[in-house]
Formats: sequence, C-alpha cells, structure tokens
Amino acid sequence: MEKRITLPLTAELAKTLKAGDSVLLTGTIYTSRDAGHKRMCESIAKGEPLPFDPTDATIYYVGPTPAKPGQVIGSAGPTTSGRMDAYAPTMMSVGARGMIGKGARLPEVVEAMKEHSGVYFGAIGGAGALLAKCIKSAELIAFEDLGAEALRKLYVEDMPLVVIIDSEGNNLYEQGRNAYLAAHNE
Amino acid sequence: MREIQVQTITDVVEKLCIEANQFLPKDVQDAIKTCRACEDWDIAKGVLDNIITNYEIAEKECVPICQDTGMACVFLEIGQDVHFVGGNLTDAINEGVRRGYANGYLRKSVVADPVRRGNTGDNTPAMIYTEIVDGESVKVTVGPKGFGSENMSAIRMFKPSAGLQGIKDFILETVEIAGPNPCPPMTIGVGIGGTFDKAALLAKKALMRPIDVPNPDPFYADLEKEMLEKVNKLGIGPQGFGGKSTAIGLNIETLPTHIAGMPCAININCHVTRHKSEVI
Repeated sequence: MEKRITLPLTAELAKTLKAGDSVLLTGTIYTSRDAGHKRMCESIAKGEPLPFDPTDATIYYVGPTPAKPGQVIGSAGPTTSGRMDAYAPTMMSVGARGMIGKGARLPEVVEAMKEHSGVYFGAIGGAGALLAKCIKSAELIAFEDLGAEALRKLYVEDMPLVVIIDSEGNNLYEQGRNAYLAAHNE
Repeated sequence: MREIQVQTITDVVEKLCIEANQFLPKDVQDAIKTCRACEDWDIAKGVLDNIITNYEIAEKECVPICQDTGMACVFLEIGQDVHFVGGNLTDAINEGVRRGYANGYLRKSVVADPVRRGNTGDNTPAMIYTEIVDGESVKVTVGPKGFGSENMSAIRMFKPSAGLQGIKDFILETVEIAGPNPCPPMTIGVGIGGTFDKAALLAKKALMRPIDVPNPDPFYADLEKEMLEKVNKLGIGPQGFGGKSTAIGLNIETLPTHIAGMPCAININCHVTRHKSEVI
C-alpha cells in the first residue's frame, strides 16, 4: 500500500518512512542538479543565503525539458543522484532533508542522512512524461543562466516515489535485490 | 552521380530528433512488455507498468519519453555515388539538431567544453558518424543518447588469452557496477575487436540494431542470448529495486582485430533506447 505524505519533511515525518515504502508525495519541492548544487554549496561556504529556505526542504534532482505551450513543465524524470553526492551532506547540514533521484549514493551521504534524518526517494528514471503529470506548478527562482539546470520551485501532488534509503541507512537497492535472489535461488 | 541538397539532410535530422525522442521503437516496446509478462516480483511489475504508461503518454501527447533527450548521435551511411551540394554537410546536420531540439521542446544538454563546461544552448554539436557504402542513397539515423547510462559504459583491452570467458565476465562486471544508475531495465551494446576506438563505435552501433534482431553469426547470436539470460539472473531488476528484468536486450557487434589484442567495449543504454532512421 502507498503512504500519502505531505511536505515539509520534518524529522518526525522522515523517521516514519522506511526503505521500500511506496509513497505519494504532495507539497513544494525544489529542483537542482550538479551546477546548481555547486553554486548553493559555494554560497553556504561564504555564509550567504540560499535562493530558498532549506529547512525541512526536499530537493528533486531533475533537469526538465522545456514546457510546450499549455504545459506546466516538460518531461521531468530524475537524474543520477550520485553526481550530487559531493554536495548532499552540505545541503543536509543546513536543513535540507529530502532528496529525490535515482541510483546509488556514497556511504558519506548515508552517514549524513543518519545524522540529519534524511530520506532518499527514488522516482522512476526514464518516466519523465508520467512524472510531469504530478507537477501542478513550476516557477523559476534562481540560476536562470543554467538553462535546464536552473533552480525551480515545484508544487507536486501525489508524486509516486519509493523510499530507497531511509533515515536509519536501510537501503532498498541492497534489500530488494537480496530478497529477490533469496526467493529465486533454491 | 546523384546530387543531394544538404538542406534535405537538415530537414530529415530535425524530424528524426523530434520523433526519436517521442516515440519508443516498437522492438523496444515489445521487449519491455515481454519483460513485464515474465516478471514475477511485485515491485518490479509496478515499475514496468509505469514505464509502459510513460511511453504511451509520450506517444499520445507528443512529448519526450525522458527529460534527458540526449546528445544527438547522428549516423550517416552515405552511398559513394552521392554528391552533397548547397552547403557544408556538418553544418547542415548541426542545423537539423538545432531546429529539432528547439521546435520539439527537447532539452539542451550539451556543454561546449568538457572541463570548462558552459551549455551551448542548442544541443549542438551533434556526434556525427559517417560511413561510405555502395549506391546513391543516404541513410540517416538519429540516436539521442542519455548520459545516466552512457556514464556506466566501459572499455577494456584484453589479452587474447582472456578468451571468451574474459568477455563474459566483463559484461557481468560492467552491469553489476552500473547497478541502478543507468535506469534498468537496460539495453547493452557490446563491441568486440577492431582497435580501441572501433570497439567503442561497435558497442554504440550495437545499440542501434533492433533488439529482436540477433547477430547473423550463430556463435554471437548464442552469446547474446546466453549473456542476456545471465544478466537477468543478477537480481538488480527494474530501477535496481530487485527483480528479473535487469536488461531488455543485449546486442554484440564484432570486427577482426590484431594478433596481440581483444578489445571489448560495453555501451549501456536505459529502457528508453531511442533511434529513428530515414533513407534519402
């Protein structure tokens, strides 16, 4: 069964989510990829404010296609999260808690998640047309010069996600595969 | 000798960039549906259902299947009796890409310099591969290539003593390392032989061959089948959440090579394995 959750992702809410949970997520999230993360981490190092309040925030690793006339946003599936591993612990240190992407994370990211009650959600990679349907509004808020990598504020409704790594460090990539193999190797 | 206006190439490239990004080839759709029918793991079934719904939405609404609309890999098989007129061929291809990515609302994902970065803003330049063949026609294939999967590709220069087992181990090792990153179920292009660079090109060409068409050499057709089965016993599954469907296809292309070597390249693609061709 799917769990319906509404943002912001407080520590209390984060702790209720377990690796393998299917969730339908509703609320405001922010888009960012490599170049945007690099800039935000430079701002944090200089003590400058971020373009949004990172407290309990959820960041979607995505670079959408341009919206066609009449569309809120173009196709918008997740990008490979590992490229943000260098920045994710810094983002969590200032309060960001949720991450939406796809693919493996480094141990240091998992350690930071345990420390800050972070949650790593997976969206289906390559399902950008489907995921765009959950995005009800999109507003460019910073780094316009980065094009597809610009920072956008999105409002999503019932976005279908799976908890890949929970705040205790449990990992669906390990658990799911091991369970499948255990069930299929007599 | 047949004269072809390069403007025609521009028009065809523009059209193929858009269509390749919106319509998943039938062989790929069929392979995903076959995987769904054979899958016995619940979470994997759900992921495959969403993947099917996704390409159906893209086709119906004429929107990109995936937001990574790729680098435009453009393959030209040029008949040797063709003479291009009316401008520069490379410029014509890039103009087609520029128009296709603008008019098709596709993402511009190309940076001008690999180290210093900087988005070119129009998805050019294309990666262009030309081949001279018999005749007086030109076959244009556009294969937009996403980089989540491209980044998980690998090449190795084997000693001949590594033999067939070395190749088999390398394929499984590469898929294992790729894990959830390239958006499984993936397609796997394997290039064996040639030189360092030709092996990589073969691997990319292997991804352009329909996945329901086996290698014409029975030895390699059997190897394709055997390795696809082995990959699908790794348990990685759709999106890496566990399951049978780790790969939907595995194609092998080969070339003769040197007495001292056995190059092997593996080009990984996601379930959105896109390519579209037109003959001029």
